[in-house]
Amino acid sequence: MSTSRQYELVYIVTPDASDQELADLHSQIEQIIQRFHGTLDRTENWGRRKLAYEIAHHREGTYVVETITGSGELVKEIDRRLRVIDQVIRHLIVRVDRELRVAERTRGARKANQARRRVARGLPPEPQPGEARGDLDMDDDRESVEVQR
Amino acid sequence: MSDERGGRGRGAKGGDRDKSKGGDAPRRGGFFRRRRVCKFCAEKIDYINYKDVRLLAPFLPERGKIQPRRISGTCAMHQRKLQTAIKRARQLALVPYVTD
Repeated sequence: MSTSRQYELVYIVTPDASDQELADLHSQIEQIIQRFHGTLDRTENWGRRKLAYEIAHHREGTYVVETITGSGELVKEIDRRLRVIDQVIRHLIVRVDRELRVAERTRGARKANQARRRVARGLPPEPQPGEARGDLDMDDDRESVEVQR
Repeated sequence: MSDERGGRGRGAKGGDRDKSKGGDAPRRGGFFRRRRVCKFCAEKIDYINYKDVRLLAPFLPERGKIQPRRISGTCAMHQRKLQTAIKRARQLALVPYVTD
């Protein structure tokens, strides 16, 4: 029954909520998780951020991201509770385990593929430090973009 | 066969040459468009994180619409993933639905 899936919960709290209120909300969520035998893996507070559009006449909001492992019932309950709480102006729960697994698999496949091709060319499977990447295919419109995950 | 157009030439020798000199040899059509590569393939981004606004922003022109594949050059698989990521980000007011 209690399958464990990984979810990401993001909720936006009104900008006028105090730290105390934020902590209360967090502990409320934690309680629900405990009640349903889930685990809270990670909490990230982004702090106040400008909203891209107005939500309930607010232009700013405090973002909190929580990574949760638990069952679907747990998520349902959190969803129901967050809907009721007025301070939470927006929330989103996304199941991430599948997507992350797919990403992991493609990464692994690429690595294996690279190793195989390198071995076929008579090179050691891993790129050596100081080795120039034979990247003749390099495109000038590939501007360097910082990637954050 | 008069005009080498489209991404078919990728990988072929001719396609490469055409790409590198693209700047000074405008196409017959009048305007030149740089050969586009899927950003996510090129940078090996496997998971398009919807919380990463800086990753999504280049695909949202000023009106806030999702940039079509034919313009951005994103491959089909990544465009699909990008689409869900942008839609999630929109729900969270990280990126706009519309801007006027």
